[in-house]
Amino acid sequence: MRRLAALLVVALLAASCGGGDDESPTLAELEKKFICPTCQTTLELSNAPVADRMRGFIRERIAAGDSESEISAALVAQFGEEVLAAPPKEGFNLLAWVLPLAGAAAAIGALGVALRRWSRTRTEPGAAVAPSANGRPPLDPELERRLDEELARFDG
Amino acid sequence: MARRVKLILQAAAVLVVASLVVLLGWQVARQEEGRGLAAALERGERPLAPQLEFETLEGDGTIRLSDYRGKAVVLNFWASWCEPCKKEAPLLQETWERYRGDGLVVLGIDAQDFRSDAADFVARYGLTYPIAYDGNGASLGRFGNTGFPETWFMGRDGRLVGEHIVGEFGREQLEENVRAALGTAR
Repeated sequence: MRRLAALLVVALLAASCGGGDDESPTLAELEKKFICPTCQTTLELSNAPVADRMRGFIRERIAAGDSESEISAALVAQFGEEVLAAPPKEGFNLLAWVLPLAGAAAAIGALGVALRRWSRTRTEPGAAVAPSANGRPPLDPELERRLDEELARFDG
Repeated sequence: MARRVKLILQAAAVLVVASLVVLLGWQVARQEEGRGLAAALERGERPLAPQLEFETLEGDGTIRLSDYRGKAVVLNFWASWCEPCKKEAPLLQETWERYRGDGLVVLGIDAQDFRSDAADFVARYGLTYPIAYDGNGASLGRFGNTGFPETWFMGRDGRLVGEHIVGEFGREQLEENVRAALGTAR
């Protein structure tokens, strides 16, 4: 369980640190991070007039030396948070980042618990049976009985 | 104890799924509301215009459609990058100047556009009628709009009237619908 929690923290940190260089972004990088309001795809996939205008705006701002955060803030001021391809990692939007990771962690945890229970129920009935001479797990009693019968018939 | 935890987890899972279904239903209902307006007008009905609130283009105030109760309103959805919108702008300005004394308001709703581009457009065509700004275009879906320009007409009673014009309108078509909107009772 501790390992799972540690994994979750590492994944969250990785998610919050991910991305390119904030100080000197390129148009190609930013085209993937903003949505064209007309066609609802990222700018790199859109040829709508407003997407062309947004690309022009981003080029101008990059040339003016703006950072990614400054360009992002300027676009959000015009088109709202819907212009971001990924929700910001703050406030209520943080849920969009945390919930899938928490869900994945919960699923892995549930699977682990289920597997442990399943293996316990499989080993419990055989726990009283002595190990076989070759060191391998003993045969199922029913199978052993049928095998004995077959061998007896073969010998007979 | 384990059983109680299991029950709580199951209840939480059902709650999450139910919330998602409600959210999806709400989204679909809103989209249908927009599509339904044009269909209702075509059947000769007069549906109520969605109650929307916008920022002014200058960003110094708000414009609510409900503020225009008692007036006839031309609702023109446009963007500075839209070519047919450039041809419509002078006609809309002319109509505003001609009929404003009779109780007509022309309301331009600039959507999916840069504010500065819209302001340049307004200055270039000398538009003096009110302009609302809808950067992310949230209002488009409420009306069921699918492109630019699109024009609706609202009567003095806040109900839509006349045609829903998709694309560029002609002078006569505009006149006819303005008269229909002005002719509605309060």
